[in-house]
Amino acid sequence: MSQTELKVATDSLSALDIAAVRRDFPILDQKVNGHTLAYLDNAASSQKPVQVIEAVNQFYRHDNANVHRGVHQLSQRATDAYEGARNKVRGFLNAQSDKEIIFVRGATEAINLVAQSFVRPNIEAGDEILISHIEHHANIVPWQMLCEQTGAKLKVIPMTVTGELDLSGLDDLLNSRTKILAIGQVSNALGTINPLKEMIAKARAKSIPVLVDGAQAVPHMKVDVQELDCDFYVFSGHKMFAPTGIGALYGKQALLEAMPPWQGGGDMILSVSFDHTEYNALPYKFEAGTPHIAGAVGLGAAIDYMQDLGIDNIAAHEHALLDIATQRLQQIKGVRIIGTAKQKASVLSFMIEDVHPHDVGTIFDQQGVAIRAGHHCAQPVMQFFGIAATARASFAFYNTEAEIDALVNAIKTTQELFA
Amino acid sequence: MSDLRDLYQQVIMDHKKNPRNFREITDANHMAHGNNPLCGDALVVYVKLNGEIIEDVSFQGSGCAISVASASLMTETLKGKTLEEAQTLYDNVHRALTGEEEGGELAGKLEVLGGVKEFPARVKCATLSWHTVHAAVDNDHDISITTE
Repeated sequence: MSQTELKVATDSLSALDIAAVRRDFPILDQKVNGHTLAYLDNAASSQKPVQVIEAVNQFYRHDNANVHRGVHQLSQRATDAYEGARNKVRGFLNAQSDKEIIFVRGATEAINLVAQSFVRPNIEAGDEILISHIEHHANIVPWQMLCEQTGAKLKVIPMTVTGELDLSGLDDLLNSRTKILAIGQVSNALGTINPLKEMIAKARAKSIPVLVDGAQAVPHMKVDVQELDCDFYVFSGHKMFAPTGIGALYGKQALLEAMPPWQGGGDMILSVSFDHTEYNALPYKFEAGTPHIAGAVGLGAAIDYMQDLGIDNIAAHEHALLDIATQRLQQIKGVRIIGTAKQKASVLSFMIEDVHPHDVGTIFDQQGVAIRAGHHCAQPVMQFFGIAATARASFAFYNTEAEIDALVNAIKTTQELFA
Repeated sequence: MSDLRDLYQQVIMDHKKNPRNFREITDANHMAHGNNPLCGDALVVYVKLNGEIIEDVSFQGSGCAISVASASLMTETLKGKTLEEAQTLYDNVHRALTGEEEGGELAGKLEVLGGVKEFPARVKCATLSWHTVHAAVDNDHDISITTE
């Protein structure tokens, strides 16, 4: 990047008032091991603004009761809050109907739901499930389990040394035996943004259903499931400033209608006798048991918060941070960036020569810099690069250039220690 | 930084850069694979037992500075020891690093491992080679152990 481009990138940082934004995240204002915390582990889990914390607090202080059953005031308020959150998720993803939004624990649970309820009834031995080499374990293991249960085969779209998908063989990989294409929108380990529109169009042309794992996408970019034309879209709240334990599955209504329930229990039924149970309508058919109501309320607040900031502003700020950090790290001798795709979200995986990432993680932590060191639940990616682990810095909109300075200083301290 | 210097002190860095007994023992009569899937540390420990005496012990593999240095120190310490002495050392290391029980003084070369206790996330790195050598002498066949 030239100096002029870098200047432009830095200027776009000012579209958000970052000092004000940071005041919304009380956890960021602390010392760790005597240093100002630089939280650069957002791809693992993001921090929560007071707006989310207060929404959950308010719910438990004023509105808490079970949903969809009581006739009393609090139950009605809890139901309104819960269904209001569903409506916000619908808007966030631009789904057509609230009925297409199923609350789940997170992306992992949503993928398991689709594997077992949508794919399993329609798959037989020899059929194929197509994923890619850069998936998170959450989008590998549920399909492997399904293959073990049914004799189906797991097929994998290969990757290149830059961390991009090699789509040259996609036309053959999408074939008459393919029962689903399950693909991440953004790689958690490398930051690669996959060319989903092109891939989905190819699958669609052959009537192959598509599930998109959006866990790493929703915190960083505008998502429109109708424009993507995917059949299923899954994400986790905790990576987008909402509480842990809540996430959502989007599914096209006709598909969800045709699917059998995944788990049985209360709330997902209309009537129960020992002879017969009548299942509830969408979306409740897939929400057995009392849901994570407060979590859903928090997720709704997180969506409001992100939309108030403007998702385009968020994306611009993070992209500027990624560009600056990438350039700074490229200038440090002995540092190798893993994952150099042209289209990336704000994830920066790297290796420091002769230093194991776990040593990197410990040394950084002593300087207040929180990063992830490990395989990022993407061991096939690590195997591809012939490494056991990487160090990974991942940025959110509340991160600053000063925190990139802290990152660079931490790298230099590590190199001095290991010199 | 003082804690960091304690952890990554000269002895640890020396063993990391020049691990001792980093080789295969071709006529080993015990061996084991140790893995820490969380960080990808993987090592093989070879032991040549002569009766009750550890005549030779070595390791190969890859891992972080703490796990490599700990394995290197382990081989230096155990060579020539009886199985009983080795068991006592193993128990001491375990106690000293986990702090689960009283005791566990680390004497001599092993003293440098004491700093790891202050870094709970890294204790498994330091104990991997010790668990692996324990598994090796306890079994007549190659066995794999996993810690995390």
